[in-house]
Amino acid sequence: MPQASKTRPKESKNLKIVKDATCTFCGCVCDDMELTVDLDEHRITKAKNACVLGRAWFYEHTLEDRPVVLIDGKEATLEEGMDEAAQILVDAKFPITYGLSDCPCEAQRVAVDIMDTINGNIDTTTSVCHGPSGMAFQGVGESTATLGEIKNRADLVIYWGGNPAESHPRHFTRYAVTPKGMFIPNGKKDRTVVLIDVRKTPSTPVADIFVQVKPGKDFELLWALRALVKGKKISEDIEEQTGVSREILDDLVQRMKNCQFGVLFMGMGLTMTRGRHFNSGAVYSLAADLNEFTHFVAKPVRGHGNVTGADNVVAWQTGYPFGVNFNRGYPRFNPGEFTTSDVLARGEADAAMIVASDPASNFAKKAIAHLEKIPVISMDVKETHTTRLSRVRFAVATYGINTGGTVYRMDDVPISLRPAFDSPFPTDQEVLEGICQRVKKLLSGKKARVAA
Amino acid sequence: MPSELKIVNGRIYDPENNIDGDVRNLCIRDGKIVDSVSKTASRINAHGMVVMPGAIDIHCHIAGPKVNLARKLMPEDHRLDVHPKTKVTRSGTGGIVPSTFATGYRYATMGYTTAMEAAVPPITARHVLEELDDTPVIDKGFYVLLGNNAFLYKLLKEGRKKEFKEAIAWWVNSVHAYTVKLVNTGSDELWKGRKNANITDVNEQIDHYNITPAHVMESFIEAAHELGLPHPPHIHCNNLGHSGNISTTLDTMKAAQGRRAHMAHVQFHSFGGELNKNPVSGAREIIEYINDNENITADVGQVMFGQAAAMTADAPLAWMLRNVKFDKWVNADTECESGCGIIPFTYQESVYTHTLQWAMGLELFLMSKDPWRVLLSTDHPNGGSFMNYPKLIKLLMDSAYRKEALQHVNQKAIANTSLPELEREYTLNEIAIITRAGPARALGLKNKGHLGVGADADITIYTEDEDREQMFNAPRYVIKDGIPVIKDHEFVTDHKGKILHSKPGYNEDISGEIEPFFEDYYSVKFSNYAISDDYLHDHEEIPTNPKS
Repeated sequence: MPQASKTRPKESKNLKIVKDATCTFCGCVCDDMELTVDLDEHRITKAKNACVLGRAWFYEHTLEDRPVVLIDGKEATLEEGMDEAAQILVDAKFPITYGLSDCPCEAQRVAVDIMDTINGNIDTTTSVCHGPSGMAFQGVGESTATLGEIKNRADLVIYWGGNPAESHPRHFTRYAVTPKGMFIPNGKKDRTVVLIDVRKTPSTPVADIFVQVKPGKDFELLWALRALVKGKKISEDIEEQTGVSREILDDLVQRMKNCQFGVLFMGMGLTMTRGRHFNSGAVYSLAADLNEFTHFVAKPVRGHGNVTGADNVVAWQTGYPFGVNFNRGYPRFNPGEFTTSDVLARGEADAAMIVASDPASNFAKKAIAHLEKIPVISMDVKETHTTRLSRVRFAVATYGINTGGTVYRMDDVPISLRPAFDSPFPTDQEVLEGICQRVKKLLSGKKARVAA
Repeated sequence: MPSELKIVNGRIYDPENNIDGDVRNLCIRDGKIVDSVSKTASRINAHGMVVMPGAIDIHCHIAGPKVNLARKLMPEDHRLDVHPKTKVTRSGTGGIVPSTFATGYRYATMGYTTAMEAAVPPITARHVLEELDDTPVIDKGFYVLLGNNAFLYKLLKEGRKKEFKEAIAWWVNSVHAYTVKLVNTGSDELWKGRKNANITDVNEQIDHYNITPAHVMESFIEAAHELGLPHPPHIHCNNLGHSGNISTTLDTMKAAQGRRAHMAHVQFHSFGGELNKNPVSGAREIIEYINDNENITADVGQVMFGQAAAMTADAPLAWMLRNVKFDKWVNADTECESGCGIIPFTYQESVYTHTLQWAMGLELFLMSKDPWRVLLSTDHPNGGSFMNYPKLIKLLMDSAYRKEALQHVNQKAIANTSLPELEREYTLNEIAIITRAGPARALGLKNKGHLGVGADADITIYTEDEDREQMFNAPRYVIKDGIPVIKDHEFVTDHKGKILHSKPGYNEDISGEIEPFFEDYYSVKFSNYAISDDYLHDHEEIPTNPKS
């Protein structure tokens, strides 16, 4: 996460204004940015409407003096880089692609094509954020809504296991808490906001009700709520187990059953702690149950700018949202088996193409150790731990700042990007398309990799 | 050099041009049917084979947010039906909701070369266009959901019919739609705003707007008529699946007042009987009305036994089904525009209602007097997969097979239908009408559904087989835009297909009216809402015929 710039960059006179640009930093994908672009300095000097994270994103993406391609640390041409990348992928027995949540759908589509062509493995950062929610969705479904519907109608807003004030700063102000909506004429005054978390965070002051749950006891609390909503008995020692009193639970249940339109937003405090997809499944099931009394929806608060697009693209091309393997000439899905961290930790992959993400900085040690041993191709806008260990590294243009394309907001609403200024670096899509063409050409002489 | 192809000695079924099984040659140049080709043209010898225009699905759900949610929802279904890649085609997964590539290829393997996605909330149309671009071989378009649109309701409440028409045209243009779709008109506001309630009568007032579903539907039919959309409003009536809903369906058809209207999956709207009691077949009343009123076209929405998925903008309907099975359920509200519900579903021969629906669909087909207006669909995947079409064709063409099938279904249900008395067998010419020429005419696709000079060279060639299911399941050749995509039952090349859309004219001033509404009630900026032409890729604008 970038540190917020305290001061705005200085401006020259050659300025351009881009209205209604989109910030792709987080899953909020706010499309109301007014960017002031200094065309001489090739940087954004002002980002009106952006939050602290958005400002950092816009101010810090300048044109760096980096080689477009490095092969084994030596400067090379784009063509040479794409040739080398294609050769690595074609030579590999178990090539993988990972990342994709910070590039547009147009690039993601090509990445899946490459893996389909070479019988590889494709996975996105979903597998380390809301992958469990994706799995829970497969099990129980989801009652959900676009964010505008929340703005227009939600009179009960619950956040569970997340800290939007720091992770998605405009979630409160643009979509779910303060805005006035069609049937919420007075904004926050017409809503009750509940925050459930293991500790107080900078988000807590927004809440009318803060409920502190013992760490790792979210599932128990969710299941108790489900039981109470259905009028069933719960264990006497619920407070001892979860840290939440029966009185608070009863109050919460009444509010949930009696609201006009309720929403439960869940963060990674549920998906990446004890319980994981059971937690997400309990949230979805609770929301579904509540529809027997009122209108109720639930929604994961997704992180990266286009991680939701990655889920969508991988799903429409393969049938599954992440963790997909083409070894047999058709897609198979198995989280734990085909999710990247696992594939690497078991030492299975023999080449990796990492797009717009930095697994070398956040995967398990064993997975990183294996990544260091195999040929890695990386595409990123900045230098990262992953680019530094890559055999072939491409410096690419930044989506939403230098390139257009499509991104999906956390609620699956697709938005087209408005680039602010040109970049000498190629786009992810251009690099991936170049690699894809080369891979197909290299394979055309050979027998196509089809199912045995 | 032009690409030329000659198909010789095939038995041609081209109802639009009154050709009923004559043995003739077909000439193709650069993707179109022409009078003659040079001697160097490549040839297909179709001796002993049946040649038809490529088939057209007028109503299916194959791309977009709800389809993708259903894909994600059913991994167990993909796992059992994989779609391996070949040297020329991409891989995918099948099941009741196949991946995009599998969808395109599977349509092609049944001789389909065009399919229309029937329900798209405008705010998500970008997603639909992206998926359609990844749906190979077939041409495709979509119908945009406007029947529960908050801004349009506001205009109707204020009695501003002119602006209402302009705004419809603005929407169709902005998202590159083919025509407008109305689903359970008026229900969204009650579903989202009144704790999951539903509209029960077309003459009931819609909360906050002081208008009725009947008034909304009439207004759309009138506006679409004036705009001259190539296909009229595509209507999913109120009260789908409820006993006694024939009165709602009849009221809806009457609301058209003689103007063109298309009734979607009319089988689901042909229930007789009393509300909250077991339904009986009302197919006769519905089909008699359609037979007598030439302004109405319909697709049947046949139910086929086996796996299905309820996937609909009719959220209250999916909720009703959820409360039967308590299985996994998806609801998805779209701001100011639509609702959506998804439920995996299985139609079973032993279940009264399922058999009744199966029989009602067949009754509609068999009692239809005008095949041009009663068209083949399963409302894929709602009544069953499009992969069932060959079996459905056999049910229509082979009364002995139908009688045999009747033995294995719920007899109590059959007793409440007239299916056992219906002896009719569809001819190949009639099949060509309900799957090709009829949908093309209803859609206003002048270059499709026939094989006359100037038509798109989308052609299917079948090996004649008495077992009609086998025959329609595996065409020997499929030719798309003049290019043989399938030869001897195998894909020989990949093909893109194009987007079909319409661009009704309108006064630009209307966007000034819509913008403030967006700023207040949408969560995206107005300027980011309309979809650029970049998303169309290969496309064809189907002309409108405005009345002014």
